[in-house]
Amino acid sequence: MPIARAARRAAVRLGAVALTGALLAACGSGASDGSSDAAGGKVTITVDLFGSFGYKEAGLYAEYERLHPGITIKQTDTEDEQDYWKSLQTRLAGGGGLADVQGIEVGRIASVTQQQADKFEDLGKYGAKDLKDQFAEAKWSAATTKDGRVLGLGTDVGPEAMCYRTDLFEQAGLPTDREELARKWATWDGYLELGKQYKAKAPAKSAWLDSVGSLYTIMIGQEEERYYDASGKLVYEENPAVKAAWDAATTAARAGLSAKLDQWSPQWNQAFAAGSFATIPCPAWMLGYIKGQAGEAGKGKWDIAKLPGGAGNWGGSYLAVPRAAKHKKEAYELIKWLTAPEQQAKLFEKQGNFPSSTGAIAKVADAKDPYFSDAPIGRIFGDAAKEAPVQILGVHDKNVADQITNALSEVERKGTAPDKAWANAKKGVDNVMG
Amino acid sequence: MTQGAGPAGRCPPGGALPLVPTHRPTDLPKGRTVTLTAPAGTAAPPTPPPDEAARPSAARRVWATVSPYAYIAPFFTLFAAFGLFPLVYTAFVSLYRVELQTPGDMEWRGLGNYTALFADEFFWTSLRNTFTIGVLSTVPQLVMALGLAHLLNYKLRGRTFFRTAMLLPYATSVAAATLVFAQLFGHDFGLVNYVLGLVGIGPVDWQTGTVASQVAVSTIVVWRWTGYNALIYLAGMQSIPSELYEAAEMDGASRWRQFLHVTLPGLRPTIVFTVVVSTIGATQLFGEPLLYEGSVSGGISHQYQTLGLYMYEQGWGFFHLGRAAAIAWVMFLLIVVLVGANALFARRRSRKEAGR
Repeated sequence: MPIARAARRAAVRLGAVALTGALLAACGSGASDGSSDAAGGKVTITVDLFGSFGYKEAGLYAEYERLHPGITIKQTDTEDEQDYWKSLQTRLAGGGGLADVQGIEVGRIASVTQQQADKFEDLGKYGAKDLKDQFAEAKWSAATTKDGRVLGLGTDVGPEAMCYRTDLFEQAGLPTDREELARKWATWDGYLELGKQYKAKAPAKSAWLDSVGSLYTIMIGQEEERYYDASGKLVYEENPAVKAAWDAATTAARAGLSAKLDQWSPQWNQAFAAGSFATIPCPAWMLGYIKGQAGEAGKGKWDIAKLPGGAGNWGGSYLAVPRAAKHKKEAYELIKWLTAPEQQAKLFEKQGNFPSSTGAIAKVADAKDPYFSDAPIGRIFGDAAKEAPVQILGVHDKNVADQITNALSEVERKGTAPDKAWANAKKGVDNVMG
Repeated sequence: MTQGAGPAGRCPPGGALPLVPTHRPTDLPKGRTVTLTAPAGTAAPPTPPPDEAARPSAARRVWATVSPYAYIAPFFTLFAAFGLFPLVYTAFVSLYRVELQTPGDMEWRGLGNYTALFADEFFWTSLRNTFTIGVLSTVPQLVMALGLAHLLNYKLRGRTFFRTAMLLPYATSVAAATLVFAQLFGHDFGLVNYVLGLVGIGPVDWQTGTVASQVAVSTIVVWRWTGYNALIYLAGMQSIPSELYEAAEMDGASRWRQFLHVTLPGLRPTIVFTVVVSTIGATQLFGEPLLYEGSVSGGISHQYQTLGLYMYEQGWGFFHLGRAAAIAWVMFLLIVVLVGANALFARRRSRKEAGR
């Protein structure tokens, strides 16, 4: 009895405290919201990004603040782009809580230009059109609306290559020279063939590649037309390129070549250091990720070779200024500076994000990376960026891709028959389209 | 109850025991129900005696009638703004086709969102998952809570410590708990599979297996809520008069019999309460399955996607706000039906008991 009474009393007290707290918080936020104090010429520019753009790590914000006294840059960051996008959509719909600069992934840029053009500033108003020649043509046009509004400036692109573990290759008796490998896996069939050889003599608990989802995604990156055609019609079902990538991925799954990891999961992260896989398809931005996960111990054990089956692109981003931003002019000046060739080149050398600016690509042509056994990353990724097809982007690209890679995981991890998994993917896509 | 728990051989075992099962259950609960429902049943009418109401001034009389409403107004104002309005507005949205990217363009669909739902395989999957995960988490949770409460009701050394410790999982945030459990259930490097490996059971895929993943998600729920329910049961147990136990003791009832025929009937209203609350919680289950693998689809084959998660996927994964609103309303109606059925069942039981 006393316990019950005491508990009830405590609960009432707790409720009162919580309520008071909520009321106080509600009162407080109104007063402390005015982050800008433009009166003294001091401006705080807020930047909201996902994943790792690397600006802070490369010291670019500090440099900009030094060059522009009175400007302070505050960055917030969400690890997972899906979560970031959801929160950005909610804030755009509500029209509040937006930062001065928002990052946009290339898979979403079509949604921005086609569905939400009126929610972002036309950077052309601030003179962005003069910058057009700095950027690769495809990067520029993807962020431009039909009526010529420029909604974002390109940051990096994701030219694709293949990263591999030389130590594991040696143990399995495979060649480790990047030129020789590039010849052997000139096609995807060659890559899968090497995988079977690796599997026969591989060290314990080590698979040929991390997941068939990453194999599928990297192959799809080599295609011009993927889920939508140029007229904006959904064509993934008929597209032979999607079918080819699907077939290669299911073949790899059924041959047991993958470590069955879910990309971006904690298990996947741990596997980098544990050596659970010997190869991983890697867009340029993956280099920083590998370094982070495999750590110092992995230095010199990795190398990079040309991608089987030709050049491709996976990912890359834009910086945009929402209509509801507080400091639009200052935000534009900042993103103009961040995406200028000099800064893009610096970012590539420090973080591995490959530049979308043509000037910067020329600047980094000779770059090598000691972590990856001195692989000539400037040349490998530069060639890939030059040869990669210009992709047709669709509004639901990312959602469609998610449904397909989920179905591939079913084949890989549950042994679902490929035909059944494809039917599941189709049902999933229909559900996305509503 | 513990002080009277001497050796049970005081009464002649042959004579008293056969009486216990037939006699006790009908007799004791009657006493219980009376004590518990008395305040509700005999609530005095609030109208003041007539001679007293005539005396004060008109203003005071008005105030006397109005003031109760003024006192409860803050709650109902907040409820109207943050409870009722969203509820009604959600119903309104569920009749339209609305996308989060273009919230201004609303296209009338009537009941289209609802009929689409009934033809939607993913909806039925998530409904089934909600049910199985609900059973997998609620039943063990309540049974274990009952056992724990029974143990904690004894005089133990460090009783307060144990009682406090039991509330700790409840005070832990869903996110933190789920992330830790997700690591424990890891396929290659998880502790659970490591321990299973020691006894020779091959690695279980706690992520993609339908049963395995549902068990894993349920484990998190059980872990978080068992202690909370145990404390509620404990409070209920302590309000059972000790004379009942002494009487049972006199009749030679064993501990187990006392538990079955004194504790359980005495706890019935408490049990009904926890079942209702757990049912609502299970129907709304969301955080655990979302954070378990960080996937809005509840695993690669939707194997542990609950209704709450499916609503989130429709609304914030695919941005179909209209369909998400329809799911929300279906969930709401489902809870109303479940709770209604529960109340009906409980009332019939107690009426049956009272009628005996």
